[in-house]
Amino acid sequence: MSCGRMENKILSYVDGRLNENERLEMDKHIAGCPACEVRVTEFRAVSSLLDELPVIAPSPAFDVRVRARVAAEPVKQAWWAWLAPSPRVAMAGALLAGCMIWVGLRPAGFATVTPATEAEINQNMPVLEDYDVLSNFEPLADLPQPVADDSSQQQQQDDASQSNQQM
Amino acid sequence: MLDVKSGDEQSFELLLHRYRSPLVNFLYRMVRNREQAEDLAQEVFLRVYRARADYVPSAKFTTWLFRIATNLALNNVRDTRHQRSEISLDAPLTPDSEDGDDRPLDVADPHPDIEQHLVEQARARMIRRAIEKLPEKQRAAVLLHKYQELDYSEISKILECSESALKSLLFRAYEALRVELAPLVAQHAKQ
Repeated sequence: MSCGRMENKILSYVDGRLNENERLEMDKHIAGCPACEVRVTEFRAVSSLLDELPVIAPSPAFDVRVRARVAAEPVKQAWWAWLAPSPRVAMAGALLAGCMIWVGLRPAGFATVTPATEAEINQNMPVLEDYDVLSNFEPLADLPQPVADDSSQQQQQDDASQSNQQM
Repeated sequence: MLDVKSGDEQSFELLLHRYRSPLVNFLYRMVRNREQAEDLAQEVFLRVYRARADYVPSAKFTTWLFRIATNLALNNVRDTRHQRSEISLDAPLTPDSEDGDDRPLDVADPHPDIEQHLVEQARARMIRRAIEKLPEKQRAAVLLHKYQELDYSEISKILECSESALKSLLFRAYEALRVELAPLVAQHAKQ
């Protein structure tokens, strides 16, 4: 093994991550190469120095902040969520369906016109038709306002002449 | 994650409990600001929650999780690069410092061995600054490799590069750290 090939394996060697064959190959090279031996020793020292850094603990409020941020996240809905009916639409749909079922299943005679009632309507039909015609008959709208009864006018005139005679 | 996908809120709590600390630490070492790191970690969990319905277990969950985290961290580093360059090295220290080890010591520090404590602080500060000096992608590779103990195939998926390119990236990063931490490395090698 050359010193150049050592570069890619030296850290694995220091960490003990090489397989048996690779480790033996490295051992053999280092035994005959003082420069690589020094490098291995110094890399071990660097690795050991890195272990000296203290570990910090997250602040006590860390978890609370994460939970608060997660709780503030909008609820993500699936693409088909718009198909799901809202409570109002569901209520309206249920009422409509109920009405349709009720209409379909209502009793046979419920709210229908009986033959007797139909005969009565037929009997009064001309009157109703006349009323419709007369109520919408435009020429009648042009007639003068109805005047007071003639007999009452005559009575008033008679009363007036009698009082004149007495005087 | 599949339980979260099926609407199990309790499983999301388990994910939160299990991954909050690794994520906050990874992001803190990437962006070097505790508040921003926590904000980004919250954003990671939020994105996981949003994507739960579309989650397909094509890769390990940790790969997916740290891919989200790495992308957020790299964007943050790029967005705040200009802002960081304006911060003076003499600026007052903030509570962002890990375990307060960058804060000036109180005279009445109850630490039994104050000299030893000062040495440890200086070492930790030097290591952090060495990591901070690495280019973003190298830094992410080192953090994922060293602290999350992800294997090469996972890290290469997270960083969207080949395994060979990742090994080369890690080698360059360790070389840079070896140079940057030379005094500590020499000291360590003697032991």
